[in-house]
Amino acid sequence: MGIELEKPESPDMIQILDKDGELVGEEPDMDEETLKEMYWWMFYARKADEKALKMQRQGRMGTFAPIEGQEAAQIGASVAMKDDDWLVPAFRELGTYLERGVGLEKNYQYFMGDVRGNEIPEGVNNLPIAVPVSTQIPHAVGLAWAMKIKGDEGAVLTIFGDGATSEGDFHEGLNFGGVLNVPVVFFCQNNQWAISVPLEKQTASDTIAQKAHAYGFPGVYVDGNDVLAVYEATKTALKRAREGKGPTLVEALTYRLSMHTTADDPTRYRSQEELDEWKEKDPLKRFRIYLKDKGIWTERWQEELEKKAKKKIDEAVKAAESIEEHSVEEMFEHMFSEMPKDMRDQMEYLKRSLEEKEIEEEQVEIKEGFP
Amino acid sequence: MTEMNMVGAINDALHLEMERDDDVMVLGEDVGVNEGVFRITEGLLDKFGEDRVRDTPLAESGIVGVSIGLALYGMKPVAEVQFMGFMWPAVDQLSSHASRYRNRSRGQYNVPMVLRAPYGGGVKALEHHSESFESVLAHIPGLKVVIPSTPKDAKGLLISSIRDPDPVVFLEPKKLYRAFKQDVSEEIFTEELGKARVVQEGEDITLVGWGAMVPKMVKAADHVSGEGISAEVIDLRTIYPYDEETVHESLRKTGRLLVVQEAPRTLGFGSEVVSRAVKKEMLSMKSPPMRATGFDVPFPLYKMEDWAIPDVDRIVKKIREAIGW
Repeated sequence: MGIELEKPESPDMIQILDKDGELVGEEPDMDEETLKEMYWWMFYARKADEKALKMQRQGRMGTFAPIEGQEAAQIGASVAMKDDDWLVPAFRELGTYLERGVGLEKNYQYFMGDVRGNEIPEGVNNLPIAVPVSTQIPHAVGLAWAMKIKGDEGAVLTIFGDGATSEGDFHEGLNFGGVLNVPVVFFCQNNQWAISVPLEKQTASDTIAQKAHAYGFPGVYVDGNDVLAVYEATKTALKRAREGKGPTLVEALTYRLSMHTTADDPTRYRSQEELDEWKEKDPLKRFRIYLKDKGIWTERWQEELEKKAKKKIDEAVKAAESIEEHSVEEMFEHMFSEMPKDMRDQMEYLKRSLEEKEIEEEQVEIKEGFP
Repeated sequence: MTEMNMVGAINDALHLEMERDDDVMVLGEDVGVNEGVFRITEGLLDKFGEDRVRDTPLAESGIVGVSIGLALYGMKPVAEVQFMGFMWPAVDQLSSHASRYRNRSRGQYNVPMVLRAPYGGGVKALEHHSESFESVLAHIPGLKVVIPSTPKDAKGLLISSIRDPDPVVFLEPKKLYRAFKQDVSEEIFTEELGKARVVQEGEDITLVGWGAMVPKMVKAADHVSGEGISAEVIDLRTIYPYDEETVHESLRKTGRLLVVQEAPRTLGFGSEVVSRAVKKEMLSMKSPPMRATGFDVPFPLYKMEDWAIPDVDRIVKKIREAIGW
């Protein structure tokens, strides 16, 4: 008798709204207010992202990671969260931060190279941005474990991308989550491109969701451009976590319509046809059609949102650009609860050398050229 | 001769070595289709194909671990970690294995691999994109750590690193990638690993540095020459093995030492340079050895980055302090 070796089966994708805004799944029980909120946050996030890109091109902002096309994944996930849940983010989640109550001015400030933009408002249960890919995933498990030990309400949601699923921290985090059976939701924004590396070069699995099975908990595969499907899947996973039934991996299949970061040029590695195809699946477009069919979305309401977004964005830009300059102390503060003498000495040295500075480096030419 | 910047020179070295030796291959994130986020690997995929130029999954430990296996089986992998700040997961593979196979197997196995990574600050990057922890790598027994500061050295040193039978970490100061061009031979040539370069000769003080600090030292030396101070500038080029002879020979002439290092102060490679100088050249010294360094803080976001890196002003002040001792 031979042993048959076969590839595992992959789960089907859950969809509620298709790309044209048609209902193809079970409509969630949501009130008009929540639906409107969702649309607002998606729209606001897109506009805020557009503005950031403009400012980066004008030299008013540093490198940042645009979110265009991923609004449904981000807002669907965060609207499903409760206030006492914790968010453990990566770095491409502007929509989620905004919905969770981190002001746009803070987000802008951070990408303007100002670490004060990382400050989380009082009462918002978020960790700050984590840039090294996947490294935040075990932290989410640790938070969830502590919640469980302390008997607190709530769950933890950690967000990462498809590239993160190749890193050791992803696998270690999921394995710990399963073994400890803690209230955590692993939320993968699968935008199908890790800079220039497409999903099929990232993993031989047909889906990311199925990786959950190896760790002993469910994986759910949803259309990440369908805000209703993302919301339903995340809400279900969070509820399961809060009930003590352990982790879930949610894979939201979406697409990065923009560049990896503003330092990237996606035309080098992907086709216009693919981009056009995904523009057709735009998450905002399909949700607007759905809301219009329900009589919720109107031209007039849209105009109101445009005005409101513009006002908020203008205010955020002004606030971020007019913040007072850093003091030297800020580079040395917050290293430890108390500053060691050695560090204080370094700080005093820098303050003194800035006060007494006489040579501006940019103005020094090397006479003979650099040897 | 062709004018090249450092990106072009590294690219040229890779092309030449891959043409010369079929065992040389390149792997890492975005090194193939995208030709590297800094375009270091331009033209390689087209010329050599996917077996030898491979876009890998996003996993630094995997990239280095797999490279060790490739090298053990006779390939000569040139792996890339996209930014030094993301190298930490790979440090396990470097310190637990790449650096030890030769020793562990009593010389039966060796790991002829190169790990390239851009490092250092000054380009307004995001968090974790500006680190300089070269001293951590030099601290791992069994690794060579090479850091060029010119296009010509980058080409010659990379070719030598690829041909070296042992693991070499090749750190590229990204601030200098496109900072200037230099005439570089189109031919294959090598620069010996473990040899410092005297960039300019001087009589009164020896400035020692590497990577992006080298042009700053030259600027500072230029500046103090107007004050009648003659500074010798040494670019270490390889921090391990450390070329003590070249530095100490200079110290016997100048009697003064200033090490310039971008990395945080505590236990940077400057500490090693100073320690060796004190041990062997104490009687030549006219002033205590000095350092101009970064600070013991994480490399800051870009609004504060100019403070974090030693500048010409701070280097000049340290030179004056040493001279006036």
